Amino acid sequence: MKSLMDKCCEKCFHSPASPCKDYIKCRRQGPLCHEDESCRAKYKAFLEDIHLPEDSSRRQILICAGTGCTSSGSRKLVDALVEELQKQGLQDRVSVKITGCHGFCEQGPLMIVEPQKIFYTRVQVEDIPEIVAGHLVGGQVVERLLYVDPATGEKSLTYETVPFYAKQKRLVLANCGHINPEEIADYVANDGYLALTKALFEMTPEQVIEEVKISGLRGRGGAGFPTGMKWSFVRAAEGDKKYVVCNADEGDPGAFMDRSVLEGDPHAVLEGMLICGYAVGADEGYIYVRAEYPLAIHRLKIAIAQAEECGLIGDNILNSGFNFHIKIKAGAGAFVCGEETALLTSIEGNRGMPRPRPPFPAQKGLWGKPTNINNVETFANVPLIIRNGGAWYAAMGTEKSKGTKIFALTGKVNNTGLVEVPMGITMREIIFGVGGGIRDGKKFKAVQIGGPSGGCLPEEQLDLPIDYESLTSAGAIMGSGGLVVMDETTCMVDVARFFLNFTQAESCGKCTPCREGTKRMLEILTRICEGQGKEEDIETLERLARVVKSTALCGLGQTCPNPILSTLRYFRDEYEAHIRDKRCPARVCQALLVYTINAEKCTGCGSCARACPAGAISGEKKQPHVIDISRCIKCGNCMQKCKFGAVEKA
Amino acid sequence: MSCQCGCQDEAAKREALEKVFEQYRGTKGALIPLLQEAQEIYGYLPGEVMQRIAAELKVPFSKVFGVATFYAQFHLKPRGRNIIRVCQGTACHVRGAARVFASVSEKLGVGRNETTADLRYTLETVACLGACGLAPVMMVNDDTHGRLTPERAAEVLEQYE
Repeated sequence: MKSLMDKCCEKCFHSPASPCKDYIKCRRQGPLCHEDESCRAKYKAFLEDIHLPEDSSRRQILICAGTGCTSSGSRKLVDALVEELQKQGLQDRVSVKITGCHGFCEQGPLMIVEPQKIFYTRVQVEDIPEIVAGHLVGGQVVERLLYVDPATGEKSLTYETVPFYAKQKRLVLANCGHINPEEIADYVANDGYLALTKALFEMTPEQVIEEVKISGLRGRGGAGFPTGMKWSFVRAAEGDKKYVVCNADEGDPGAFMDRSVLEGDPHAVLEGMLICGYAVGADEGYIYVRAEYPLAIHRLKIAIAQAEECGLIGDNILNSGFNFHIKIKAGAGAFVCGEETALLTSIEGNRGMPRPRPPFPAQKGLWGKPTNINNVETFANVPLIIRNGGAWYAAMGTEKSKGTKIFALTGKVNNTGLVEVPMGITMREIIFGVGGGIRDGKKFKAVQIGGPSGGCLPEEQLDLPIDYESLTSAGAIMGSGGLVVMDETTCMVDVARFFLNFTQAESCGKCTPCREGTKRMLEILTRICEGQGKEEDIETLERLARVVKSTALCGLGQTCPNPILSTLRYFRDEYEAHIRDKRCPARVCQALLVYTINAEKCTGCGSCARACPAGAISGEKKQPHVIDISRCIKCGNCMQKCKFGAVEKA
Repeated sequence: MSCQCGCQDEAAKREALEKVFEQYRGTKGALIPLLQEAQEIYGYLPGEVMQRIAAELKVPFSKVFGVATFYAQFHLKPRGRNIIRVCQGTACHVRGAARVFASVSEKLGVGRNETTADLRYTLETVACLGACGLAPVMMVNDDTHGRLTPERAAEVLEQYE
């Protein structure tokens, strides 16, 4: 017996061919069909190995192997650590485990020493000998690798005391960063697949749907449609064949929560899909995942193979008579495929263009059959709800938005990363509490929420409690939950242009309002940023935005004017400065900038003049240089090259 | 010495493609996976390969071409040995992705979606890599590089032959 998932002895008959309904319970409690203490002891030993007891002299080191930390070099750490442990003869007492994303990518590579929960940040290979010799052997925590709060200068010993984690409520993300996503036993040891067992043996499909309805869970993909209601439509739809589809085509710039859940806890998504399949009466599922997420695809493939091997995916699951198969479809790079009808037609092998609804996918979805489509985060919530009950879930959040929501906090904020908080928390608590405030002591300007379909909220909206309705009334949307923080050096007109540039490129071109509208709006925004704005531009933009919003075929077109409308609503003065004064208040729009050299700071080194492609800078050696504004092409090279901060822009 | 004309190479690729055809025969919605696998084999989608896929699936060539041109992932021209994808996501944008792109573009002497003459690099942009915490970010092949500056981005390229 090599793993928690294996047979304890010959009496265990469970296999996909002859499934046992107590399989999952057995692995947690020891054998149920026969009395044998030695069999029980085997499972207990495996469980202990996964959850180390508090007083254990053994230790476990968790190393993040999410995309963020991997790119900062965490894979090398694993090898170095294993080697060093062997050198010191500690390999039996200290185990090394790779995990999914801890969510605090900014501080990566991250390392946790369990069971004491010691939290090391930005660990490099050179630090390994000190961690092993100093901490593991000597018992002295390596102080310089601890997290330091930029606001107070205080160090945090354990991850629980790091302000970034202390202020969150991590439920969906509870396993991310703490279990090995490539090992199904880790998931099972942490209550995994118990919800599936409960649904299959203690609940009817109707009861499962009722529980989801009680929980108040709403679709986490953005639109916030009540999940239980969607499931009941699919259950009620007529058809011998039904499908469950997981939308993992996270294309929003600035959002990566789905990616982290898939990479850190893939079984939670599979379990959610299985429960959904049972509830709606489907026997086949697809996960449509972006090809840009190779690690997520890799981990999903492993998870599906392991679950199949254990008989948790396939025919007659746990001898319940329920069959369910899951396939992965790699997306091919089209943002519009996040829209449900476009996604379905893409799975069928066509150009991913949306179609008018009704009929909704619940009636006519994949290959014309009733189809239930939910987002990754929605499915990951389902096992929690079934395990703990809908009422438990509904106790969190606001009246109409229940539970927790994961946000991807990025931009000009001190602590970037994944943040899971209860619904109803204010934006200020997220940005200044969990996020630790604005970088480099700059001033907060706006937060962009919901990606290209969302909007920018200013300072005065920071105390808004976050839920689906309040965000919509403020001119933004929940979207998938990307939060991009912007400070005074961000130009709001430029940001609106950035999103329009994106939606214009990603518009599929099927309907005229979206195809033509995005193009015309982008032209106007570009003109304003280039200093060619006209007085009537704002009015034209507003009219175009309204028309596109109300007439486009799908969600992409209907929401793409949001960044324009919200910036016009809250930052109109910036548009006016661009148009009337030919000035960019944030000093971002190149064409509106004037570069000058501060004679007091200039040392006359000449590096700016050498960097200037237009030959606009002149001056004697060791004397202050000057820029000839008429020849300056505003490339900004001089400013980058100057080591003395003498080049200024206005 | 073996033949240098590339015909053997071509035969091996054709054989690999045949295997893919067999694997997907009878599968519903096989067009996109077939294009993905074919691109994996050839590095891009040559016209005759798309024609073979059309024949295999018994669909008009126009449909195959339509799908191949719709998705950003498919390429109809040969690409470099190393694919550089500079992220243009919101977080990267506000933290200076444009300057990173300009620096890489200047170093290689190619623009967006172009390939260097020696086929060493292809330069592309991508909407978001989902590694926003490390912005600005770029991906070279399957490796993600974060916290870039224009100088560091140019240095990173050196390690890819």
